[in-house]
Parts: sequence; structure tokens; C-alpha cells
Amino acid sequence: MLGAVLLGLSLWSPSNWQGPRGLASEAVAPVAEAGATARTGGQGFFGSIAGYFRAGSQNAELKEEVELARIRLQEAKAVEQENQRLKVLLGLAEQEVGPVAVARLVGSTASSTRRFAYLGAGKNDGVAIGMPVRGPRGVVGRVLETSANISRVLLLTDSQSVLPVRLADEDVVAFAEGRGDGRLQIRLINLGINPLEPGDVMVTSGAGGYYRPGIAVAILTEITDDGGIARIISDPAATDYVSVEPIWQPEAVAGAQQPVDQVLAE
Amino acid sequence: MERVNPSARRDAYGSRINRVHSPVRAYSIPTLSVMAASILPFFFVSGGVAIIPPLGFLMLLGWRLVRPGLLPVWAGFPLGLFDDLFSGQPFGSAIFLWSAAVIAIEITETQLPRRSFAQDWTIFGLIILAYIFSAALLSGSDVSLLIILALGPQALLSVLLFPIIARMVARLDRIRLKRVRRVH
Repeated sequence: MLGAVLLGLSLWSPSNWQGPRGLASEAVAPVAEAGATARTGGQGFFGSIAGYFRAGSQNAELKEEVELARIRLQEAKAVEQENQRLKVLLGLAEQEVGPVAVARLVGSTASSTRRFAYLGAGKNDGVAIGMPVRGPRGVVGRVLETSANISRVLLLTDSQSVLPVRLADEDVVAFAEGRGDGRLQIRLINLGINPLEPGDVMVTSGAGGYYRPGIAVAILTEITDDGGIARIISDPAATDYVSVEPIWQPEAVAGAQQPVDQVLAE
Repeated sequence: MERVNPSARRDAYGSRINRVHSPVRAYSIPTLSVMAASILPFFFVSGGVAIIPPLGFLMLLGWRLVRPGLLPVWAGFPLGLFDDLFSGQPFGSAIFLWSAAVIAIEITETQLPRRSFAQDWTIFGLIILAYIFSAALLSGSDVSLLIILALGPQALLSVLLFPIIARMVARLDRIRLKRVRRVH
């Protein structure tokens, strides 16, 4: 009975339990850090074996490099286009920003339907709620809760995650929603003739103010009536280090959170 | 002289002379093993779907079915509370579902006069399926047919784990009841 009451409470306001949960994850963080090291070590080990059996370990490395280069190319196209648009509209120069923290993903909620990951950096490293998290390939998710040395990240694949995206080389805007089965649902904002094709790369659009525009998000695999289904580019299970970046436009985020009547009253 | 009873001096739990069970071991091992199993899925990074079985819950069911009466009926509350800290489910989900599961087993056992391995596995399987489904419903995500389908591998894996869990519990039970304390 007590369980039902607590469950009701936490469904009603999920942030209530941040304290005890943070404390608990802090407690296992050192072990998790070791686990993460072993995991990436293990992946590297299996990677070398696979490379040896194919054509020497270089092959595997080169393949990864080419893959990264392909993603970079798409991102570069997106950045180029972004720059053009900004120059035309505002004449503003984009500033490169450094990451707030670089850390490993130390754990995840691997047995629950919700998709959260735990990051080995917290308030002490300057991580704050809402900051975007990205791997070397693309967006991983967004910081949801922070405690001293560990923070909880909402992954893109969670069914509650929504991210504004656009096509890498065209001005087609859409939302990328987690489907809950590991893929993303791309929903176009302007309905009409569907301009998407399988193989298209979606990048962040910068709308909403959290993510910098032009970071790779997903590759389309299927086309539906209102958009498509896409696979994420940066799979958290395959990433080694991820970086936490500052919120791109804090004013825009603060503005979006302010109720309309409050703005009118001022 | 021929011994009357071969296990008079020694049995599976160790020497019977000048040794008794350790109460600390006897009471802590079930709880600690369930707690350890609750933390274990935390260390796996899974980006797409839930794939690791809810090990803490499997361990709890294992202890309850292999060693009935050892864990009290209210055990689901404290152990579920601990699991909620790590599982990513909304707080209270495991407290509620674990308690409900232990009570459900209690009720079925009063109805069924016999017990067997197959029967235990069936009860385990049914409860696990119900648990994974209700945990998804209570997780706070928009439950669609897709999410239910994506739970398939995890559910299958969990149900198939019963023989291993039962073996592990039996092995832990032997450690639990080992006579390690000297009387004098």
C-alpha cells in the first residue's frame, strides 16, 4: 500500500527523489567507473581480434575513421549552410565553445523501460541540468539530474525525449522522438510531400536553445507518411568518452520555461 | 567400529562437532544477494532497449521459491526501496510490485498442496512476465505496442534464467548455513 502511495507521489513529481537516488548512485560510482574502463578496454580488445581476423588491426581503425569522416562531412555541410543562413539573416559569427566536462558513461538503467544513462561527472565539474551531452559521433542526450560527482542523462532513445532536428543539407525541420525500441521517430513539422529519403542524416537544428545546431543525430532508415524512422548515430553503449557542453542559448531556454501570463504582467 | 550414521560428524554444511551456524551469515546473505543483484544492471550501458533482466527481482523470487518462509512477506518493501534507487523506474514502483509479487506467491502456495521444480518455474515465469509488463506501464513512458514488443527479449531472458538463479540461490544457501562459528 505504502508502495502504491510512493509510486503515485513520484509519478506526480519525479524530482522529489533526486536526493536519495543521487546519493545511491554516488556510492556505486567508483565501481561503475572501473566497469566503464573495463568495458571500453574489452571493446577495444574484441575490436583488435576482429581486425586481426579480417586484415590486420588497422582495418578496424581505418573503418572507424572513415565512418567518422563521413559523419563529419555531413556535419560540415550542415555548418556551412547554417553559416550562410546566419550571415544572410543577422551577420553574426558563430563562436566555438569548449566542453564543460569530459567523462565516461558509467552506467545505465539497463533493466528498465526508461532510457537513462549515468555520467561520471557532476556538479563539482560544473555540470548543470539541461546541458547537452555528445559523443565523438553525435548527440547522446541531455542532463536530467545532477549530484556531486555523477549525473543522470536522458538518452535520445527514451520515449520521453524530443529533439528538434533538420536535414543535414536542406532546410527541412522536424522533431526526433524516442520510440522506446532503440530507434527515433522523425516527425516533419511542415506536412506535405515527404522530402526524406533513407540514408539522410538528421542534425540538430538549434531550436529550443539546448543544443548547438549542426550536431549529427540520426540516419534515416525507413520513410513513413509524416516523416520517417531513424537510427541514432551515437550509440551510448559504443561510446568511450562523452563531453558535456554548455546550454547553447540559455536565454531562449529560460524564456521557454516562463509562463506567458508572467511575461504579460511585467 | 562401524559408524551408525555416516553424517553424524560431518554433513554438507561442514563439521557438526564444535561448530554452529553463524547467525550473521544466515540472516544477511539473502538480503545482501538481492541488493547486489539490484545494483548489477546499473553497470551495463544499454542505449536502445531494456535488455538486462531485472536481476534483483529474479533473486528475490529465487529466494522466495527455493527457500520458502525465509524472507518475510514484507521483504518486498525494503528490498524494493533499494532497487528503486538504481533501476531508473519512478520511486515506489519496485516497492509496490515486489510486495505484490511476494504476496501473490504466498497466496498461490496456500492454494497448491504440492511443489515441484516445474511448478516453481511456471509461477516464476508468470510473475516475471506480469512484472515486466506492469513495470513498463508504471515507468512513466508512453506505452505503445512497440515498447511492449521491445520488451520481448528481456522477458524471454528473464524467464529462462530461473534454473541458473535457483542454482545460485541453492549455492548461496549452502554458504549461508555453513557451520563456521566455534562453540568453544
